Amino acid sequence: MALQKEYLYYPGCSLHSSATAYDDSSRAVLSALGSKVVEIDDWNCCGATAYMAIKEMTAFTISARNLAIAEKKGDHVVAPCSGCYVGLSKANNYIKEFPEVQKKVNTALAEGGLSYNGTVHVRHVMDLFVHDLGADELKKFIKKPLKDLKVGCYYGCQIVRPKNEIDSPEYPTTMEKLMEACGATPIDFVMKAFCCGGAILGTEEAIGVRLIKNLMQSAKKNGAEILVTPCPLCQMNLDAYQRRAAKKYGMKFDIPVLYFTQLIGLAMGIAPKKLGIGKEIVSAKSVLKQFL
Amino acid sequence: MSPKIGVYICHCGTNIAGKVAIDEVVEFAKKLPNVVMVRDYKFMCSEPGQNLIKDDIKKEKLDRVVVASCSPLMHEKTFRTACETAGLNKYLLHMANIREHCSWVTEENASATEKAKALLRGAVAKAALLEPLEKKEVKIHPHVMVIGGGIAGIQAALDIADSGRKVYLVEKEPSIGGHMSQFDKTFPTLDCAACILTPKMVQVGQHPNIELLSYSEVEKLDGYVGNFKATVRMKSRYVNEEKCTGCGDCWNKCPAWRVEKPKGDKKVVHDALTLGPPKAIYMPTLQAIPAVPVIDKESCIYFKNGKCQICVKSCPTGAVDHKMVDVVREIEVGSIIVATGYKLFDVTKMPQYGYGRYPNVLTGLEFEHLNCASGPTGGAVLMENGQPPKSIAILHCIGSRDKNYHEYCSRVCCMYALKFAHLVKEKTGAEVYDFYIDMRSFGKGFEEFYNRLLEEGVRFIRGKAAQISNEAIYPEEEGKLIVRCDDTLLGRVRRVPVDMVVLCSAIEATGDSQDMSRLLGLCHSKDGFFAEKHPKLAPVSTATDGIFIAGCCQSPKDIPDTVAQASGAAAQAMMLAARGAIEVESATALIDEDRCTGCRICNDLCPYHAIDFIADDKLSKVNEALCKGCGTCVAACPCSAIAARQFNDAQVLAEIEGVLQ
Repeated sequence: MALQKEYLYYPGCSLHSSATAYDDSSRAVLSALGSKVVEIDDWNCCGATAYMAIKEMTAFTISARNLAIAEKKGDHVVAPCSGCYVGLSKANNYIKEFPEVQKKVNTALAEGGLSYNGTVHVRHVMDLFVHDLGADELKKFIKKPLKDLKVGCYYGCQIVRPKNEIDSPEYPTTMEKLMEACGATPIDFVMKAFCCGGAILGTEEAIGVRLIKNLMQSAKKNGAEILVTPCPLCQMNLDAYQRRAAKKYGMKFDIPVLYFTQLIGLAMGIAPKKLGIGKEIVSAKSVLKQFL
Repeated sequence: MSPKIGVYICHCGTNIAGKVAIDEVVEFAKKLPNVVMVRDYKFMCSEPGQNLIKDDIKKEKLDRVVVASCSPLMHEKTFRTACETAGLNKYLLHMANIREHCSWVTEENASATEKAKALLRGAVAKAALLEPLEKKEVKIHPHVMVIGGGIAGIQAALDIADSGRKVYLVEKEPSIGGHMSQFDKTFPTLDCAACILTPKMVQVGQHPNIELLSYSEVEKLDGYVGNFKATVRMKSRYVNEEKCTGCGDCWNKCPAWRVEKPKGDKKVVHDALTLGPPKAIYMPTLQAIPAVPVIDKESCIYFKNGKCQICVKSCPTGAVDHKMVDVVREIEVGSIIVATGYKLFDVTKMPQYGYGRYPNVLTGLEFEHLNCASGPTGGAVLMENGQPPKSIAILHCIGSRDKNYHEYCSRVCCMYALKFAHLVKEKTGAEVYDFYIDMRSFGKGFEEFYNRLLEEGVRFIRGKAAQISNEAIYPEEEGKLIVRCDDTLLGRVRRVPVDMVVLCSAIEATGDSQDMSRLLGLCHSKDGFFAEKHPKLAPVSTATDGIFIAGCCQSPKDIPDTVAQASGAAAQAMMLAARGAIEVESATALIDEDRCTGCRICNDLCPYHAIDFIADDKLSKVNEALCKGCGTCVAACPCSAIAARQFNDAQVLAEIEGVLQ
């Protein structure tokens, strides 16, 4: 197994704003592994889950515009954000499966001088590590193993649901294999595919905070020193709300939440600054001190 | 001399006459070439209908008969017999299917009538070219082979042996008994499995008409109905069956462990199938038949480094022999009963239930073993730490009724779950939570058993459990396994903390069922279960004449159904044997030796393995007893060297021309 020489790259809004650490680390790691990352031109919003729930056909069209632009340059487009990944994949699958959807979408795209033939494969950055590279191959690139670091792998809901080829929707285990390859010790984190609250933290904070409390409590009980995730929204929720949850429920949480690409980069010997380490709210400095 | 064809048009009540204008077809038929007689009748298959045909054959000296009625599958045999009794070769009959292919599937009456005419014209054109064929019979070898020594195979073997015929019972494991020998109680009567099974196993071992080939597998099957030749490999046990007395000195002294040696405290949860002493030389169960141990080559010290031989030294009769080799036998039989059983769904495919991560999550078969008097705890229900549980969750439908794994209902799980619930209540008094989707207690005495359990205070929760974890959120959950479930009666998500969980895993087809179907020429469903010839009216027969199926290799079923089906299969095999001979299809394929180049393309294509390559002549030859006349080889032969009797080129082309005219 090996990574491809070049991947098209769709960062989405979060990787250019709240999740620049994910953007930096994904680019740095892929480039160190010998893959060129080419950001697609003039990309637009993926429509996120909100748009998909209200106006499906419009959401398909919004995603299809990005796919149409990508199609001109290549066939594998990587979306590191789980939300973007699900949105683009869903649109892509519907367009490929239902000719009438493709027809409608292309009528709209024609207004902008574009058309989409359905030849693009939408990939998540974790999917590249699992299916293109593989944990065994990754091991060969590890220079500074994260010895004795107890990592909780938190997948969130979107990357494994609905059922796809990345991992089991009920009890995924691939990120653990990647962390083992980096020399870290994954903990048995039962709630790894449970909801982080998602967008509900903006509207029903009490419910969202309770969900964060359950997750953090489980991570702490199972001995996690640090959490890793492949999703910008999960990272933000867990990172930003864990102290509020601790205060509300009379507990104490102090577990940094990073992107899995940041820890892989660190184990590969890439400089922490290039990986965006330090941008997190709950600082990872003391936990990672011997590896920085 | 031109042929004299009689045409008989059936109304089939209103099935045909309701759509097809019979009078019009009769007039049409009268004008067809070679037709000397046309009749129509309400039910041509009835006795008066058949008599019309018989009388005409005799009086009008008909030499071809065309019946326009239903599918030949339905009544070809009926009309062939009618022709034969009137003295006409039965292969001079041809049928036009104007029911299934016409009246039932055509909307307009006018077009149905036109189609009936076209089909009839084709049939008459072909009939003119039919040739008489000779009747063929093959002798039936009186012996029967049963493959699989579980309860199905045991029952079938005993039934046949009791009728006075010889049976070879081939079992791939070291002992017969199958899954049933691992059960404790059986539902719904709660009689002990061993008490009802062991006597039958002993009977098999002692029956003069049964030759038990344990630890053996069928490697190859040649031949055809009545004359099968099976190649059976008898794997070497490294213990001489004749000399061994089953005393147990060898396994008691054996220093090598076949499974992980238990450490320190009482470890109650063993590998489910590790019954009996878990040493390198072992007897599968204390009730094993034959009562002869076997050496596991993987863990035996002698096979690793040539040393040890403690078993050889300890054996009082000198039965242990590490140099024993496999024996391959060829066995001739007239029919075969396949009763190869099932395997259990691998619950590790559903990691959300924590099997393998939490020691107190058990599969149904492990829990069965735990309950069994000869199990590791002597039948006591204990957790891994040796303590009795205060609460148990029983989860239905693990791997069954689930589109991600098996869509079918596994049929026995609801009832064995109820049995477990009862045993737990009886032995420990623990709280039992039973998570079901639908309670399927359909059999004799099953619903009554369910009602009894309701009264015993088992808590039934309608909803499939979603996850088992040790993730306590509330204080009462500390140290427990928490079952998360959507309670569909309450309409709420629930968390139920328990001490122990039993996963009622589904029955699935054995891993080698595809190899078996290739070996024996059987069909199987997409789930891997062997396909019966007809789901309702031929449930134990298969597409291959002379091979019958019984038990869970056909579909999931409980013990009573398995035993009934096994007796059914035995009756079929005995029927064949009692007849002594059987008529086989005469309309077979024929290879023209002058044209055959010996390319062998047809050999592998034949679904019935009916074409052999004769190396000396460099030619392929059709075994007429096996050939069903399907025509696959005829179409595939690049040299047009193969003709199908009754479907030769001239006949088929005449029929096509007749239809299209």
